[in-house]
Amino acid sequence: MNTLFANVVWYEIWLATLDTLLMLGGSLLFTVLLGLPLGVLLFLTGPRQLFEHRPLYALLSFVVNMLRSLPFIILLIVMIPFTVLITGTSLGVAGAIPPLVAGAAPFFARLVETALREVDRGIIEATQAMGATTRQIIFSALLPEARPGIIAAVTVTAITLVSYTAMAGVVGAGGLGDLAIRFGYQRFQTDVMVVTVVLLLVLVQILQGIGDRLVTHFSRK
Amino acid sequence: MIEFHQVSKTYRVSGQDIPALLPTDLRIEAGQIFGLIGHSGAGKSTLLRLINRLEEPSGGRIVVNGVDVTALDGTGLRGFRRQVGMIFQHFNLLSSKTVADNVALPLRLAGGQPSSAIDRRVAELLERVDLSAHARKYPAQLSGGQKQRVGIARALATGPKILLCDEATSALDPQTTGQVLQLLAEINRELGLTIVLITHEMDVIRRVCDQVAVMEAGRVVEQGAVADVFLHPQHPTTQRFVLEYEQLDQNELQEALARASGRVLRLTFRGESTYQPLLGSVARATGVDYSILSGRIDRIKDMPYGQLTLSLAGGDLEAAMERLRAAGVHVEVLRQ
Repeated sequence: MNTLFANVVWYEIWLATLDTLLMLGGSLLFTVLLGLPLGVLLFLTGPRQLFEHRPLYALLSFVVNMLRSLPFIILLIVMIPFTVLITGTSLGVAGAIPPLVAGAAPFFARLVETALREVDRGIIEATQAMGATTRQIIFSALLPEARPGIIAAVTVTAITLVSYTAMAGVVGAGGLGDLAIRFGYQRFQTDVMVVTVVLLLVLVQILQGIGDRLVTHFSRK
Repeated sequence: MIEFHQVSKTYRVSGQDIPALLPTDLRIEAGQIFGLIGHSGAGKSTLLRLINRLEEPSGGRIVVNGVDVTALDGTGLRGFRRQVGMIFQHFNLLSSKTVADNVALPLRLAGGQPSSAIDRRVAELLERVDLSAHARKYPAQLSGGQKQRVGIARALATGPKILLCDEATSALDPQTTGQVLQLLAEINRELGLTIVLITHEMDVIRRVCDQVAVMEAGRVVEQGAVADVFLHPQHPTTQRFVLEYEQLDQNELQEALARASGRVLRLTFRGESTYQPLLGSVARATGVDYSILSGRIDRIKDMPYGQLTLSLAGGDLEAAMERLRAAGVHVEVLRQ
């Protein structure tokens, strides 16, 4: 064991894993908090929907597409002044969360919009016929009906965020990606590289497993 | 009572105005089962959705029980919609909620009721549609007929005065269709509910409706009591629907006519006269010989009727027709 992983400092790995989990948790939380309303708004203002509004939809759509088309590594750097403005630092876990959210929220919003479009229009019509307000239609019918789709969207987003956190290592965010680059790549410590990659793989597997299980649990079809 | 005053609906599709409903006057009396029949695209679905303003009218006024629905604002419209139940072809139940929660939804949305009262009301509604045993199931675990019964329970939850049925039996097999229609007739009778239903099957109209309107290309082409419209259709579209129901086409009828000799009559019996041994006694008294070319004995809602196509020869034809008419039979001469 010690000869096989000669360069691996397990305590460092533990700290890096913790950093990755913190970045993932924090950024996922804010991604959902921002992306869910954005996705609902995209859906509602979209063509032939409850609040069809072409200019607003076009604007939201443009912003979302722009953020999504920007490579994350560029976004990380471009965002530095803004990140410093809201978190006081561009380093560490706190410094990584704003660019992670900026990168993932538009992606998540699009997935939410798609999940909501999957809801049968007849459900909306039936709820309208009951005399529901728009707020009631969203919270009592649309979101519960789209729940499996939204959970699947959270899962995909979480996994995307895992790979983003690894990239955030490049600009000094810490975490497993940071470890992989500094030790595994720059110092040719292959064993560190292997351990971090395996840990990231395990993390992705766990996330996908939880997501799939929740989707099955909430699917009544 | 539902009144349409010159109500019209036009859709704007890629810069062009497509009329879905031409200016229409219509009157649906309270307590009736009113059927709208037409092929797809005839405008019946639009007409139905105008009643609770799921579609906004392009012109005209809709008055329901003295209230001008077209003039209602958002809050007024939501209040009005709670007095109008609706069921759908594809049921439109929430797949994420149990049967009981689906039925409770309109009550929860309306608010102002403690959950104990809602639970009691839901239990009562499920009892009515005979689904008490399935309260905790999800819609996906039910058959089509059961889903539609959940839909009916849900539509009745807020105690509406009007029930709109959008092709409510079109996705069901014939046996289940019968059960659902029976349930609709039952709630119409027991709760005094006005029911407006749309369908493309004459059979649905025949079984439960009191009044019928036939639609074609955005207008009502024929309207009246079901017995009159069904037994003596005037408009070609109505005639096609009736022939479709009788599974008889115009060619078969022509062929039967070509083969028969003598005068050809169509006799329509209604009510009790259906069961009288009239034909035999008239034939004996007038010396007329008859042969039956086609015929059917059936019911329109609760009224028995018979319709026979006969060829007659010999004897006193005029006297025979006179006697039939005197006995309350509608006599139509198809060929002299």
